[in-house]
Amino acid sequence: MSPTETIAAPKPAGEPPRRLQASSKRYGERAIKWSLAACALLSVLTTTAIVVSLLGPTIGFFEIVPAKEFFFEIDWTPQFEPPSFGVLSIVAGTLNVTLWGMLFAIPVGLGSAVYLSEYASPRVRKTIKPALEILVGIPTVAIGIFAVTFILPHVIVPLWPGDFLGGADGKPFLALAAALGIGLMVVPIIASLSDDAMRAVPRGLHEGAYALGATKARVATRVVFPAALSGIVASIVLAISRAMGETMIVVIAAGSTPKFTLNPVESIQAMTSYIATTATGDISTGSLDYKSVFAVGALLFVMTLIMNVISIRLVRRYREVYE
Amino acid sequence: MTESGTGASRNRLAVAGARATTEAMLGKQPRRDVIRNAVFAGLLLLAVTIALAGLLALLIQAFVRGSSALSLDLITNPPSTAFPEKAGYRPAIIGSLELIAGVMLFVVPVGVGAAIYLEEYADGTRWWNRLIEVNIQNLAAVPSIIYGILGLAFIVRGPLDLGFILAAGSLTLALLVLPMVIIASREALRAVPDSIRQGSLALGATQWQTIRRQVLPASIPGIATGVILAVSRAIGETAPLLLVGATVFVTFDPTPFGDDGYSAMPVQIFNYALRPQDEFQTLAFAGVIVMLVVLLAMNSFAIWLRNRYEQRW
Amino acid sequence: MKSSKWLAVLGAAAFLVLGVAACGSSSDDSTGSSSSGGGEDLSGSIRIDGSSTVAPLTEAVAEQFMAENSGVRVTVGTSGTGGGFEKFCAGETDISDASRAIEPEEVEACKKDGVGYEEVHVATDALTVMINNENPVSCLTVEQLGDVWGADSKLSNWSEIPGVEEEFDEELALFGPGTDSGTFDYFTESINGEEGVSRKDYNNVGEDDNATVKGVEGSPGGMGYAGFSFYTENEGSLKALEVDNGKGCVPPSVETAQDGSYAPLSRPLFMYPSEQALAKPEVKAFITYYLENVNSVAEGLGFVPLTDEQLEESTAAAEKAGA
Repeated sequence: MSPTETIAAPKPAGEPPRRLQASSKRYGERAIKWSLAACALLSVLTTTAIVVSLLGPTIGFFEIVPAKEFFFEIDWTPQFEPPSFGVLSIVAGTLNVTLWGMLFAIPVGLGSAVYLSEYASPRVRKTIKPALEILVGIPTVAIGIFAVTFILPHVIVPLWPGDFLGGADGKPFLALAAALGIGLMVVPIIASLSDDAMRAVPRGLHEGAYALGATKARVATRVVFPAALSGIVASIVLAISRAMGETMIVVIAAGSTPKFTLNPVESIQAMTSYIATTATGDISTGSLDYKSVFAVGALLFVMTLIMNVISIRLVRRYREVYE
Repeated sequence: MTESGTGASRNRLAVAGARATTEAMLGKQPRRDVIRNAVFAGLLLLAVTIALAGLLALLIQAFVRGSSALSLDLITNPPSTAFPEKAGYRPAIIGSLELIAGVMLFVVPVGVGAAIYLEEYADGTRWWNRLIEVNIQNLAAVPSIIYGILGLAFIVRGPLDLGFILAAGSLTLALLVLPMVIIASREALRAVPDSIRQGSLALGATQWQTIRRQVLPASIPGIATGVILAVSRAIGETAPLLLVGATVFVTFDPTPFGDDGYSAMPVQIFNYALRPQDEFQTLAFAGVIVMLVVLLAMNSFAIWLRNRYEQRW
Repeated sequence: MKSSKWLAVLGAAAFLVLGVAACGSSSDDSTGSSSSGGGEDLSGSIRIDGSSTVAPLTEAVAEQFMAENSGVRVTVGTSGTGGGFEKFCAGETDISDASRAIEPEEVEACKKDGVGYEEVHVATDALTVMINNENPVSCLTVEQLGDVWGADSKLSNWSEIPGVEEEFDEELALFGPGTDSGTFDYFTESINGEEGVSRKDYNNVGEDDNATVKGVEGSPGGMGYAGFSFYTENEGSLKALEVDNGKGCVPPSVETAQDGSYAPLSRPLFMYPSEQALAKPEVKAFITYYLENVNSVAEGLGFVPLTDEQLEESTAAAEKAGA
C-alpha cells in the first residue's frame, strides 16, 4: 500500500516530474510506526518472560529429581515424607476432567451450532446465541461452586447407576462434577465458533443441495458440516485447550487427591489445581515443592502450546477454498 | 453476508422451484428419511436445551441460595469474620473496579496499537512479523494460572519488583487479556474495506492520517466490543490473582499502589465458600449474584454497542 | 457523529475512573470521621500473615480493633504457618499467626536476619476426629489411630482395626486436609510421630475442610480430621471420636482442651509479634487489645479460649517482648 513516488503522466514540457511523496520526510509517521511496533513486540516479550520465569526453577527441579521419576512414575506426593514426584497422576487428573468434559461439550456444542445455523429462525438465533455466550463470561469460581453444590448432589448422584465404577455417593468431590462444569463452560466456545464457521459456507452449496431434494438433516451433516470442518475442529481444539488450563472449577469440585485414573467418579487432582493450591499455601520459596510448581507449570505450558500448534496445522490442512 | 431483499427472495423461489421439480421427477421423500429428519432435529433441540438448562440452573441456584444476603450492606460493608450477618464485599468490589480500570488503561492503547501495527503497517512476509502473529495466537491459549506464575516471577518479584500490590494484579490481568484485545481489534480493522484506505491515500493523506481519521473510527464498535469482552473475562479471573497476592481479609478500600494488601470479588467469593459457617456460604452465593449482574450488564452493553454502531459497507 | 462517539466513550471512562476515585476517597474520609472511642491518635499499618487456622480469630479481633482505631490498617494473610514464618523472619510482616510452635530452622532464619520475637499463646484448638452418626465406635486409642493413618497402613475396613470391640463392617472412607495444612502437620506429628508421615490414599480435601465434613456425613464408614470449629458448626450431623492417650477416653471439648486432658490433639495456637514491630505504638496497642478480647471471640468461632492462667502467661510474655 505504499504510494508510488512519481507518476508517469503526460506533463507539460519543461516541468519536473511530480512527486507523490510528501515534500518533507515524515518523522512523525516513522515514530508512530515504531511505537506501534513496540506494542506488538510486547507480545513476544510476554512469551519470553513466561518461558524464562518457568525455566529457572524447572531446571533447578530437575537437578534434584530425575526426569525419569517425573515423567514415568505415578505417585505424586511432593509434601509427604518421603516425597515422590511422579507427574503422571496429575496429568491423568487433567486428562480425566478434560476427557469427560469434552464428551459432554462436543455433542451439546455441535448440536447447538447446527441448530443455530440451520434450523433456527433469525429471531430465535438472536436470543439464544447471546444467551449461550453468557456462559463464557461467568466467573469460573461461580461455575465451580455450582458444580460442587448442584451438579454433584442433584445431577450426578441421582442419575449415576449404583455402584458402577465405585459409585458416586458420599463423595464430596468428583472429577465428573468438575468435568461437567468445564463442559458447560466450553459449550459456547464450540457452539459459537462452529456456528460462525457453518454460516461462512457459501449459500450456493446450501441452495444447491436443497434444490436437489435433500432433507435439512442431510444438508447439515453431508454438505455444511464437512465444508466448515476446519473451523469446527479449530473450535474443538480451542475448547480442549481451555479445558486443560482451567483451574478454579477443578480446585473447587474435583478435590486434591492425585490419582492415576480416568474414572470419573473419583476425586482427583489436576495440574492446574496442584499449582493453585501449592503456590498459595504453606511452602517456602526455593524449596523443592516450590520448584515443583514451576516444573508442572512448564509441562502445562508445553502441552497447551502443542495443542495450539496442532490446531493451526489442522485448520490449514482442512481449509477448503471456494473462490 | 446479508443479501439484499429481492436477491434473497429470488434465490428462495429458485430453490423452491428446483426442489419441486426434483420431487416431481423422483418422488417424495421416503418415510424413513422424514423420520430420521425429525429425530435429528429433536436431538439438536435437546442439545440446545441442555446447554440453556445448565445456564438457567446455575443462575437460579445462585439466586435462590444467595438472595437472602442481598442488601445494600452487601456492597457497602467490609468483610467480617466476627459478625457474618454484617459482612459484605466492599473492598473486593472496589478492588475489582480498580483492577479493571488498570487493565483498560494498559490494554486499550497497547492492544489497539499492536493491532494497528499488524494490520496496517506490518509486512506479512517478514519473519519477525509472522513470529509476532504466532506468538499472539499462542498467548491466547495459555492457561490463566501460567500468567499468575508470570506475574509472581516477573511483576511482583523479579525485574519489576512491584510487590504484592493491586497495580501488579492489574498488570498481570492485562497481559492475560491482551491477546484477546489484539485479535478482536484486528478483526475490526480488517472489516474496514480497502477502498476506504486507498481513497484516503489517493487524496493525499499519510498512512497515519488515514488510520486515525478513516479506519480507526470505523472500527471502534468492533474494538469496543472486544475490549468489553476482554474486561469481563478479567473480572472473573481468580487463579492469577491468588498467586499475585490478593489477600482475602482486607477491610479498608484498596488503592492501586498501596502495599497494605488488596482483594477482588472472585477471590473473596472463593474464600467465603471455604468457610464452615452457613452465613458465609450464603454470602458466597450473594457474591456470585452480584458478579452475574455486573457481567450481564457488560454483555448487554457490548451487544447493544455492536448492534447500534456496526457499519455495513 | 464520529466525534460525539469518541466523546461518549471518553466520558464514560472518565466517569468510571472518577467514580472509583471518589468512592475510594470518600469512604476513607467517612471511616475516619465515624470513629467513636479512643485511639484516634493511633495510625499506621499492621501486617499479619500465617496460619489459615488462626486467621479467622485474628480477623475477628482485628475488625473490632479497627472499629475503635480507625487510623490503623490491619491486614491478615493466609500463606500458611510455614509461609508466614518465612515472611516474618525476612522482616516483611509484623506478626506471624501459627498453628504450631516455631521450628529450629525458622528460629535460625529469624536470628540471621536479626528478627526478635516472642511466642504468645492466644487460643487452643481441639483437633477433632469425626465419624459418621451410624458408627457405633465411640473411642479409639492413639495407637489405633496410628494404625489407620500410618504411612504403611493398608486397613480398609472398620472391622480390621485391631482392638475395636464394636461390630462395624463398613469400608473406611478417610478424609483429611492437604499437606500444606498446619492441621495435617499437627495430626501426623501427634499420631504418627513425624510431621508429613501419613498414608497417601485418603481423600485429600486440600484447603476445603468443609469437604471433610460432607464426606464423613455421606459415608457410613467415614473418618476425617479437621479443626474444632468444623465439628461445632455441624454437631448434629456427625460424631466426634473420643481419643485415648493412655489415660482413658477423652472427648474434644472446651474443658478437656483447656485442662489438657484431650491429648495429643489439642494444639496451642500462637501469635509471634516481632520486637521491631512492637516498637510501633499501634502494634503494642493491638497486642494488648488482642489479649484482652480474644477470649470473647474465640468460643463463638469454634476455638477453645485460654484459661485465666494461660492468659496471664501470655500477657507476661507479650510484656516481656515490649508490649
